[in-house]
Amino acid sequence: MTDYNQNQQALIKSPWLRGLTAAMPIVLGYLPIGFAFGVLAEKAGLLTIHIVLMSVIVFAGSAQLIAVGLFSAQIAPLSIIVTTFIVNLRHLLFSAAIFPNLAHWRKTELARFAYELTDETFALHSTRFSKHKIEKAEVFAINVTAHIAWIAGSLLGAAAGGLVVEIEPLALDFVLPAMFIALLVMQTKKYAQMITAVVAGFTSVALLLLGFSQLHVIIATVVGATFGAWIEGWKQT
Amino acid sequence: MEANLVIVTIIGMAVVTYLPRLLPLIMLSGKKIPEAVLLWLQHVAPAVLAAMLLPTLIIRDGSISFGIENLFLWAAIPTLVAAILSKSLFIPVVFGMVLVILGRWLLGPV
Repeated sequence: MTDYNQNQQALIKSPWLRGLTAAMPIVLGYLPIGFAFGVLAEKAGLLTIHIVLMSVIVFAGSAQLIAVGLFSAQIAPLSIIVTTFIVNLRHLLFSAAIFPNLAHWRKTELARFAYELTDETFALHSTRFSKHKIEKAEVFAINVTAHIAWIAGSLLGAAAGGLVVEIEPLALDFVLPAMFIALLVMQTKKYAQMITAVVAGFTSVALLLLGFSQLHVIIATVVGATFGAWIEGWKQT
Repeated sequence: MEANLVIVTIIGMAVVTYLPRLLPLIMLSGKKIPEAVLLWLQHVAPAVLAAMLLPTLIIRDGSISFGIENLFLWAAIPTLVAAILSKSLFIPVVFGMVLVILGRWLLGPV
């Protein structure tokens, strides 16, 4: 397994291969979560074709898991779509935040990129963009690798269906939290960004405890980023 | 739900997921972004990571937990140290997994 390390990464000549290896922590996280989604979706009565279709055209982990719960509770299609919209609204922020790095890209390339913009690909890209110059092929290789892992995990889960497979003894449920910790460390370079992270983190916890189980991430992000940017701007003046 | 209706629902989900991913990129394309907005955008990534991470570390079954049974929280601290020291993505992930595996082995299924 290749480490996400700039020096080692730079040794790989092909940008596609560089992207593929850089995406490995995401793959490790997506396979078990995709698998869990597939198992639950199958139990909720969705057909394999539905499960794969959702992972191919929606590609949004938490929204897909929430939708499975709604499908099995026989909720109306419109409510499922509206809930998905609310859960995925945070992508507005990802899309805006990553834009300065893609300002020179063509609109068709932006449209392709947006299709595979998830929590994890956003976090990985914004960390890598902040470190060094990234080729387009590398960016797309990361997105496609992550997407394939997600689809493969869902398909395996759908196929495994009734079989109960435990992910806890392998700690696969800790992969994404651990990756977020590492990405947060890489993303936090300025004192003000540390304040942002602390404010956003605790705002999110407070909102969740108050019952905002859908919008807590987006509200906490806006509150934390505004506070941190205000501190930074205020220190500059 | 009828199979075709499920497909229509999934297509609807795809549309409402794609639009928020796409629209800011397309609308900002070719525009000059004000300095203040750029500054704010630099804070979005740390904010969103913390907002997604912290609840998974300190909330268990709907309430705050600092007990030993909240293994993720106690594994997160050495994982954070490993992330700071290694400046790598892979090392803290593997280290954190090993800690959780060991924790579950020692404490039973928590």
